[in-house]
Amino acid sequence: MTEPPPQPKPVITATRLVAALCLILPFVATLWVSSYARPTPAFIGIPFFYWYQMAWVVISTGLTSVAYVLIRREERARRSDGPEGAA
Amino acid sequence: MKHGVNGVALAVFVFFFLVVTVLGFLAARWRRAENALNLDEWGLGGRSFGTWITWFLLGGDLYTAYTFVAVPAAVYAAGASGFFAVPYTILVYPMIFCFLPRLWSVARSHGYVTPSDFVRGRYGSRGLSLAVAITGILATMPYIALQLVGIQAVLDVLGVGGGTSTNWFVKDLPLLIAFAVLAAYTYSSGLRAPALIAFVKDSLIYIVIAVAIIYIPMRLGGFGHIFHTASEAYSKVNPATGKPRGELVSSAKNQWAYGTLALGSALALFMYPHSITATLSSRSRDVVRRNTTILPLYSLMLGLLAMLGFMAIADGVGKGVKGFNAQLAIPQLFLNVFPSWFAGLAFAAIGIGALVPAAIMSIAAANLFTRNVYRDFLRPNATPEQETRVSKLVSLVVKVGALAFVLTMDKTVAINFQLLGGIWILQTFPAIVAGLYTRWFHRWALLAGWLVGMVYGTWAAWTVASPTQAHFGGSSKLIPGIGQIGYIGLTAFALNLAVAIVLTVVFKALGTPEGFDETAPADYTADAKRPTAPQPPPHGDELPPVATTGH
Repeated sequence: MTEPPPQPKPVITATRLVAALCLILPFVATLWVSSYARPTPAFIGIPFFYWYQMAWVVISTGLTSVAYVLIRREERARRSDGPEGAA
Repeated sequence: MKHGVNGVALAVFVFFFLVVTVLGFLAARWRRAENALNLDEWGLGGRSFGTWITWFLLGGDLYTAYTFVAVPAAVYAAGASGFFAVPYTILVYPMIFCFLPRLWSVARSHGYVTPSDFVRGRYGSRGLSLAVAITGILATMPYIALQLVGIQAVLDVLGVGGGTSTNWFVKDLPLLIAFAVLAAYTYSSGLRAPALIAFVKDSLIYIVIAVAIIYIPMRLGGFGHIFHTASEAYSKVNPATGKPRGELVSSAKNQWAYGTLALGSALALFMYPHSITATLSSRSRDVVRRNTTILPLYSLMLGLLAMLGFMAIADGVGKGVKGFNAQLAIPQLFLNVFPSWFAGLAFAAIGIGALVPAAIMSIAAANLFTRNVYRDFLRPNATPEQETRVSKLVSLVVKVGALAFVLTMDKTVAINFQLLGGIWILQTFPAIVAGLYTRWFHRWALLAGWLVGMVYGTWAAWTVASPTQAHFGGSSKLIPGIGQIGYIGLTAFALNLAVAIVLTVVFKALGTPEGFDETAPADYTADAKRPTAPQPPPHGDELPPVATTGH
């Protein structure tokens, strides 16, 4: 899920691992349907099946935002120490 | 409908429609470039949109009127299975976070306007590029037609046009007017028109949803009561099929279909040409990536909208009406519970919600034709002016085609083709996305994989029967080898990928020519403000292969 770097720098870094984890978690949470396909516990009358998935819209947004901040920081760092013109 | 014409609602609807029409024509002057006769200008809005315009444009593009009508309609009709749209739109963003910035960068580096442009440049194969382009056009056409179906649903409930009138001309006149206006401003303003109109559309939609999700449950006695009523309605056995109408929570036998449909649809969404068009119109790589963190706001709205399906049941919409059209459930609910003026506002939101994607889709299909059929095969030396003229004309042809489709054929034909379109477009994923990361795949292997996926997907969808139709009755079928019911598109995609991998190994062993790759690794991470290799300006369309990057 991580991008290969433009220069021979390590492809797998701690930052990228954390970002990848953030991006993979929503897949596990939503594609494992049997883990949440039940009516209870309900929230203000909404069955679990529905509010769980709605909650994951918010959670996955948060996780993608974390990945965004991490990757942007790393891309900037790579740009500033990369050789001139080869961003 | 039984209500006749609702004057207040209709007046509000017409008012917003006029506002949007004026905006659509004014858009031609908005951020105008010196040389407007250039496909980058007409077809991509000058590649200049910042974070918020891109957000509105992509949101208006991906979450279409058809979505607004069809998703709650599916929930209304069958319950849990219709809610797959929520996990689908959750998964889209982590996915595109990874590959979309790379596509943006390489497109900016080489002046690509369509995904097929990239495929041609990457693999040096006009054949593979043509396959991707044709798939894109085929998948987009019925999608445009469905937008018109969305407008029709609203007009129907408003009491203008639709089924009650006997004269076909009077019946379809409102749709024809809406359509002519749309075609005219798309022709003159290009992508700037939907970009500007998207502001109005989305503001209206957000207002309507915010009010609906608070006001309607209060009126109907709270969520507890709504879900209880819905649950009872789903468990009632349908005498026609001998099965219950639906289910409130996905049962074990339907969970694979639910998950694969969500995953397959998420994979497919950004293969649609109109998604790529809106993406490439953005100003920088960072704008694209930042949008993956703010676009989910639309998904939240979609989830809330889906819940309106339950509310329609609780309100008794369509109860006891034989053969009630589920697509009308939400418009009818609005008319039942809201005061007329607010219902008119809600209908305007849906109606305008159809215009934005219809405009972008016709532009995207026109760009595909111009770049990957007209320029690649018919007139290789076309100037940017000629390209733009052809594209503008084709955008009209595409829309007339979609209109003819809606007016002459049954609505189910458009829906069937839309279902097929989703399966088809997913088959372009390996060529486009794998190509963004690696040149390992052989171009002919990708073409063969695409063909296998297309044939299997079409055949499998043809064999699915439903109580109302013998063919194309649904998008799920038994997955061979797994023994579960799953989304046909994803099965076809797996076959496609397997064929591409095996044949790549074979072709490499045989030493078949791999084609010329005009892209360099740095192109995939390039940004607008930091030109990397010595590149021609982004408007340079007549790109010779960059000599420094050859193998």
